[in-house]
Amino acid sequence: MNVIEVKGLKKNYGQVHAVRGVDLAIAQGEIFALLGPNGAGKTTTVEILEGFRNRDAGEVSVLGFDPQARGRAAREWRNRIGIVLQSVADAGDLSVVETIKHFSGYYSHPRNVDEVIASVGLEEKADALIRTLSGGQRRRLDVALGIIGSPELLFLDEPTTGFDPEARRAFWALIQNLRGTGTTIVLTTHYLDEAEALADRVAVINNGEIVEISTPADLGGRATSQAIVSWRQGDLIKTESTDNPTEVVARLHSQFGGEIPELTVTRPSLEDIYLTMIGGIHE
Amino acid sequence: MNKIPSALNLGLRRGRLEIIQFSRQRESVVFTLLFPVILLAIFGSVFKNTIAPGVTFSQYFVAGMIASGLVNTGFQALAINIPMERDVGGLKRLRGTPMPASSYFIGKAILVAVSMIIQIILLFGFGLIFFGVHVPTQPSKWFTFTWLVLLGSACATSLGIAFSIIPKSGRGASAVVSPIVIVLQFFSGVFFIFTQLPKWMQQFAAIFPLKWLTQGMRSVFLPDSFASQEVAKSWENGRTFIILMLWLVIGVFFSVRKFKWDRD
Repeated sequence: MNVIEVKGLKKNYGQVHAVRGVDLAIAQGEIFALLGPNGAGKTTTVEILEGFRNRDAGEVSVLGFDPQARGRAAREWRNRIGIVLQSVADAGDLSVVETIKHFSGYYSHPRNVDEVIASVGLEEKADALIRTLSGGQRRRLDVALGIIGSPELLFLDEPTTGFDPEARRAFWALIQNLRGTGTTIVLTTHYLDEAEALADRVAVINNGEIVEISTPADLGGRATSQAIVSWRQGDLIKTESTDNPTEVVARLHSQFGGEIPELTVTRPSLEDIYLTMIGGIHE
Repeated sequence: MNKIPSALNLGLRRGRLEIIQFSRQRESVVFTLLFPVILLAIFGSVFKNTIAPGVTFSQYFVAGMIASGLVNTGFQALAINIPMERDVGGLKRLRGTPMPASSYFIGKAILVAVSMIIQIILLFGFGLIFFGVHVPTQPSKWFTFTWLVLLGSACATSLGIAFSIIPKSGRGASAVVSPIVIVLQFFSGVFFIFTQLPKWMQQFAAIFPLKWLTQGMRSVFLPDSFASQEVAKSWENGRTFIILMLWLVIGVFFSVRKFKWDRD
């Protein structure tokens, strides 16, 4: 069953066509990442799914509901989703536990406040005022507020911006745990390693259109793409693209009669593929 | 299956939260709650004259201070603070939860009502002790006072929420809102005796609620004999009620229809 279905989504800001015909289908329990440069239409698309913006054309269904609708049904719908926006920098005169407890009162089936605090690793800061938290700790509070209502669907917008590597690993583990509970997660991110570590599928969006949707491993034909063998021959660095790198290396090995100078064998990283995809379209 | 909490229930929770947040911002607590008292101290010390038999300027001024307290804590504070909450993304985050807009508005109204009650107690206490201000004794005056405070708070709250649409940024909000409030206070007979103001000023002020609130408060704090010195030779409390109701409807309409949760 699909949690999110989008067909022919369009959105213009005046003369600017921010989103021009996006189709998406996101299954229940999936972690789905949206990648794209700034201004690609990523945020607009997600904000339409979250009910923050109205579309100009197309069909959108999120948990079987049109996010554009208002009133009582919209409250019932919001009760089932969680949204983690880019950071909220309020005055922070409340403590972590006060804030989470208050937000838990908005939902019909809130999670246990202490458990949520523990799951984002803020136990030691539970009674601290928000203004005393570091950037990364505030971000974890944002996530706590996004999951307190036990959402069926969670939107995460650039969740680990400003995290140190350790905090990022811990956050990834938290997200993988949530997936274990059947939560569907829509993630937008700038970090390709994050998409690779977390996402079941990735959509690359550029100039308001979806360029490709696939698993991180298959994106841009990455799994089947040619390996590049490079080595030093005299003063020159030589490279050769090949489907059979082992054969090339064996050939070079006999040619050099032993060690091949400065030998490397590489396949394109997700980042290489991604940059080619969004670069190729700009040209 | 559990139900989503009702809008009223969430509104009460919001009110509690708003009060906790407010009480932790020491500067604004002092400024908002003590400012009217400080003004009373200044004006009461400077103008020691009586303006009519048995009516001191302090007595006249207390009426104006309570009326403009409603405008300060309701209209001004909300019209400045809501754009600031919007700027930092706090409102957008709330919009993403099942909490309805009405609960947010109820929370703000509760905050305004509570800070109004504290202000009134401070003004009464301070005025009684230091400036011989009389607090009314007749039940009818207390009845008028109660509906004026309730309707005035509601009116100021709704107009503050409605006006929060206008400032583009939190930083610019006070530059937009404060001059409007100060000019209205001068025009509406808060700092001066209303009937001594130029006619055009009186007529301009009569469009807005502050003039009517101030006049209504005078009907509570000044002897009935003073009514003959008003512009209409009477307190006009019926007209005050109608005009405040009209502004309340305008405020609620724009708050509900046009409230902005997001910067853009």
